[in-house]
Amino acid sequence: MPAPMPLTQQDIDQEIAAEHAAYVKRVADGAPVEHHPRRDYAPYRSSLLRHPEQPLVAIDTREDPELVELHSPAFGERDIAEADNDLTRQHTGQPIGERITVSGRLLDRRGRPVRGQLIEIWQANSAGRYAHRREQHDAPLDPNFTGAGRTLTDADGRYRFTTIRPGPYPWRNHVGAWRPAHIHFSVFGTAFTQRLVTQMYFPADPLFPHDPILQSVTDDAARQRLVAAYDHSLSVPEFSLGYRFDVVLDGPAATWTEEGR
Amino acid sequence: MTITGTSGPERVPPTPSHTVGPFYGHALPFRDGEEIAPLGHPDTVTVHGYVLDGAGSPVPDALVELWGPRPDGTVPRADGSLRRDPATGGHLGRNGVEFTGWGRGQTDANGHWYARTLRPGARGRHAPYLAVCVFARGLLVHLFTRLYLPGDETALAADPLLTRVGDRRDTLIADDETDGTYRFDIRLQGEGETVFLEFH
Repeated sequence: MPAPMPLTQQDIDQEIAAEHAAYVKRVADGAPVEHHPRRDYAPYRSSLLRHPEQPLVAIDTREDPELVELHSPAFGERDIAEADNDLTRQHTGQPIGERITVSGRLLDRRGRPVRGQLIEIWQANSAGRYAHRREQHDAPLDPNFTGAGRTLTDADGRYRFTTIRPGPYPWRNHVGAWRPAHIHFSVFGTAFTQRLVTQMYFPADPLFPHDPILQSVTDDAARQRLVAAYDHSLSVPEFSLGYRFDVVLDGPAATWTEEGR
Repeated sequence: MTITGTSGPERVPPTPSHTVGPFYGHALPFRDGEEIAPLGHPDTVTVHGYVLDGAGSPVPDALVELWGPRPDGTVPRADGSLRRDPATGGHLGRNGVEFTGWGRGQTDANGHWYARTLRPGARGRHAPYLAVCVFARGLLVHLFTRLYLPGDETALAADPLLTRVGDRRDTLIADDETDGTYRFDIRLQGEGETVFLEFH
């Protein structure tokens, strides 16, 4: 048998377009809006063997308020070191790259702030290289940048990181695949059901239409919510450019009232 | 604190999920992430297993989080899972005294994960279980499942979830390997696919 032709960007672009058209048709036919990717999204080849084929089993949390999943693990001040939300100050020297401030609010789907919860971020350096041994991209490491941070949200659900803008990087989904620049976010809510891992992108990146991971969110409005907004009010004069990225957690949560306070 | 009701109208559209990718290893795993049980606690159980893909191959870059109640069924409120050292900025590890109920570990090169935690107590109408959340490269949205501990057949037979899933219930009940060790494989796809959950 001849070796299969290597997958090109054009092949993947066509698959992305077909998945998008199928979604638009589903919604036109009355199907609900899909805020999250489908786990079986073939243009992202790593998903092929890693998605369940059986339907998920639905749990109605209203029937069962005792579920441990309606509670969340707790995090506190001792889980955060002072420089954890400033990725430019974690080494003796300054990392190379464009300094940015990333800030926003953590909310639930009713728009209520999620207070005192953990947000972790990680990212490539300004050259598009992760400080991870398995990373094979031959771009320079930066001895002054690890690219990992964490913080707790404040009383308004607000968080703030100082970091450098990550570079795009190649990967091996297909020939010529490049990931648009992004920062990974891992977030906890008031319930374990709200657990979220996602990625934040930067405005107007020309790689957007070609990236099967971003395009796995087939709903145009939902995909736009993964793109941070430039926010001049967050820019720090003579130091950094500001980006706003609000995170809204999905999934049911209990409504809590404080007792004895 | 008391639950007074569940969420009402949901007006704000959510932030979409994305894969954790392959390169979280310098950021998310932390020292003693898998050592959830306080040191020397008599109710400690070891849970472990493999994460397998649709070809039956081990998944060497999965992240497994566990969240469970205390042996009496109450929910831990302690923080301190990932205590930081203010002097070095590194991880101190847990203090070996408090029980946070939550932990995180990554599969090794063989696709194997493990954790030591306290034997969960029953809550409500449910048999005792640990909540499990799986992340991996290739997995665009994390997967929730449950690890039920075997032993109390009456409680397992009455469990609201286990009674609904028919033959597939065995994928949710860990195997007793004696001495407080339980084996729980997570099959993402195909034959013996683990029951995964969505919450509404």
